[in-house]
Amino acid sequence: MTTSIYISQDSISLALGADETVQAIATAAVKVGEPIRIIRTGSRGMAWLEPYVEVLTPNGRIGYGPVTETMVDELIDTGLLKGNTEHPLCQGLTEQIPYFKSQQRLTFARVGVIDPLSIEHYESEGGLQGLDRALCLSAQQIIDEIKASGLRGRGGAAFPTGIKWQTVLDASVSGSDKNKYIVCNADEGDSGTFADRMLMEGDPFSLIEGMVIAGLGVGATHGYIYLRSEYPHTAEVLTRAIELAYQQQLLGEAIRASAHAFHLHLRIGAGAYICGEETSMLDSLEGKRGMVRVKPPLPAINGLFGEPTVVNNVITLATVPMILQQGAEHYQQFGQGESRGTLAIQLSGNVAQAGLVELAFGITIDELVRTYGKGSATGRPLRAIQIGGPLGAYLPSSLWQTSLDYESMASVGAMLGHGGLVCFDDTVDMAEQAEFSMRFCAAESCGKCTPCRIGSVRGAETIAKIRRNESRKDNLVLLEDLCETMVAGSLCAMGSLTPSPVRSAVQHFRQDFGDVNDDQMSGADIDA
Amino acid sequence: MKSVDCHERVSEICKSFVDTPGGLLPALWAIQNAYGYLAPEWTQTIADDFNLSAAEVYGVISFYKALKTCQPAKHQIAICRAEACQSMGGRNLEKTAVKCLSIEFDSSDRQFDLESVYCLGLCAAAPAMMVDGRLYGRVTEQQLLSTLERLQQE
Ligand SMILES: Cc1cc2nc3c(=O)[nH]c(=O)nc-3n(C[C@H](O)[C@H](O)[C@H](O)COP(=O)(O)O)c2cc1C
Ligand code: SF4
Ligand code: FES
Repeated sequence: MTTSIYISQDSISLALGADETVQAIATAAVKVGEPIRIIRTGSRGMAWLEPYVEVLTPNGRIGYGPVTETMVDELIDTGLLKGNTEHPLCQGLTEQIPYFKSQQRLTFARVGVIDPLSIEHYESEGGLQGLDRALCLSAQQIIDEIKASGLRGRGGAAFPTGIKWQTVLDASVSGSDKNKYIVCNADEGDSGTFADRMLMEGDPFSLIEGMVIAGLGVGATHGYIYLRSEYPHTAEVLTRAIELAYQQQLLGEAIRASAHAFHLHLRIGAGAYICGEETSMLDSLEGKRGMVRVKPPLPAINGLFGEPTVVNNVITLATVPMILQQGAEHYQQFGQGESRGTLAIQLSGNVAQAGLVELAFGITIDELVRTYGKGSATGRPLRAIQIGGPLGAYLPSSLWQTSLDYESMASVGAMLGHGGLVCFDDTVDMAEQAEFSMRFCAAESCGKCTPCRIGSVRGAETIAKIRRNESRKDNLVLLEDLCETMVAGSLCAMGSLTPSPVRSAVQHFRQDFGDVNDDQMSGADIDA
Repeated sequence: MKSVDCHERVSEICKSFVDTPGGLLPALWAIQNAYGYLAPEWTQTIADDFNLSAAEVYGVISFYKALKTCQPAKHQIAICRAEACQSMGGRNLEKTAVKCLSIEFDSSDRQFDLESVYCLGLCAAAPAMMVDGRLYGRVTEQQLLSTLERLQQE
């Protein structure tokens, strides 16, 4: 009998040598005369086990990891192809691994399970049921379902998706082409985030299906995916998925043989972080410099090519089919308060078990890092966690009892953003991190407003002076002043949120900015 | 290839995008994918095809880090310099690369382009880099050095 072997071709698996492992397993199987079939999937999200190899047994898929090329012969000798569980790299049944078993996978239910480019496989795991239901509903009914689910945008701003769609549905088209647009924000520029990438590589049809449903909801027949250029492998997967979707009438003039049309275009960004900001992205899609636009008008009313446009994050859109399939009621049972559903948490940096953890909103940072992360990767104590990307705050352990939902995070001056947590051990120099935040803003600012364009450069210089102990006391005051100006005077969150990592570093890790008593230039008049 | 041929081919590429809404950026990508970069002397050609001014086209090209106006070196080394990689010793990789190649970040010699990249989406396998399009995770200094040395000897 042919044995089925599942190996991820997610970028992270490839980066850790999955293709070489595949090659080695294929060669070894021929040598021992065992017929095998290797199916490439997305990643299960347990990064420390990649390259992760699963073998189908009568009880389910048994996993081994990390399986580097050099481990293959030994594993085959000890019975990997039969699902033998004795080797120390054997993790048992994937579905029973505590890290995986305790998750609530709704958006990521198929990621790591199916062949991402098989529509048959997609359908057999519940795909297209949401779309088929949506095709029987009116536009308003679709939007009502999304509103009832409580879904909020996962790109960072957490705006209620149903309300955004309603605005687009109610807005009238102005141009000659009489179009509204669905734009998928796949720019995923935030460091420490990779959920969009994993979803697109592991289950691209769910994104496509979500965009088609969004089109039905607001009356749009064209969609764009704006993908960052740093994800070339993702681009390949999406290109192929879109081709297949056209072939199988999931896209085109007659979606699922209905009277509805939807056309999808893939666009590649060009290395500008600011193009993740929705209005800058629209300018980029129009072929211009990615400059941030003044709002209003909202993109929902005057967006791409001046027409009403939905801009949603990858995870937001990819969650839509599941909501239509299982019903709003089911989805909104997860979570707490105004944070409904699940959050695709991306745990990374200096942590023993980094990866993707999808859970209902509400787990505390501490529990996440202890039970999933298993502490630091280096074995040293963890000291700081940055949440929500490069514009997110650094939190010290005294705040790790905070739960991961929009409201709780806001109450400690932090934000969830796209759900990335980056862990640092006690060797981190928080003043160096703060300086980096300012430098990043200086490098990536679109340049439209002065507080962001110049404030960030001055901010970086000022922190550098503080670190060198030049007029430390005065410069700390100046830094706070700069932060205040950036928050108050920036057009978009690039400038207004960069102070967030900086201020949190100063506030919570004050000792890293040195002792003001030891100030070399203004040491005379110091408060005790 | 002679410069005239390039202009013709560049113009051909542009023409295949002029009817695409917002087609300038995809056209620039297509040209860069064909030639590896966007030569400054093509700016006017591109502008003519898109019915824009050369200044507008230059404005777009100069805005985007990934669009190059110089011929690429033989090898592209992109090292992630963002937070998750920093937390796992990425700054040491940065220093090692600079020292080994004797060039600064975002500069190049004939053989190497050393590029800063802010997140490759491999944060759960930090530190990360991309060498000639191939991704690497959990990169050690040893691995970086041996990779660079192998390429240097080519
Ligand atoms: C500087 C900046 C960068 C952003 N980057 C992204 C990004 O990479 N991906 C994303 O989905 N949203 C990003 N956003 C948020 C978008 O502007 C927008 O709110 C989002 O795409 C809306 O989709 P959602 O409602 O589904 O979250 C960014 C915002 C700012 C200010
Ligand atoms: S805050 Fe910065 S990035 Fe945002 S519009 Fe102003 S200059 Fe541009
Ligand atoms: S921060 Fe380096 S890969 Fe994401």
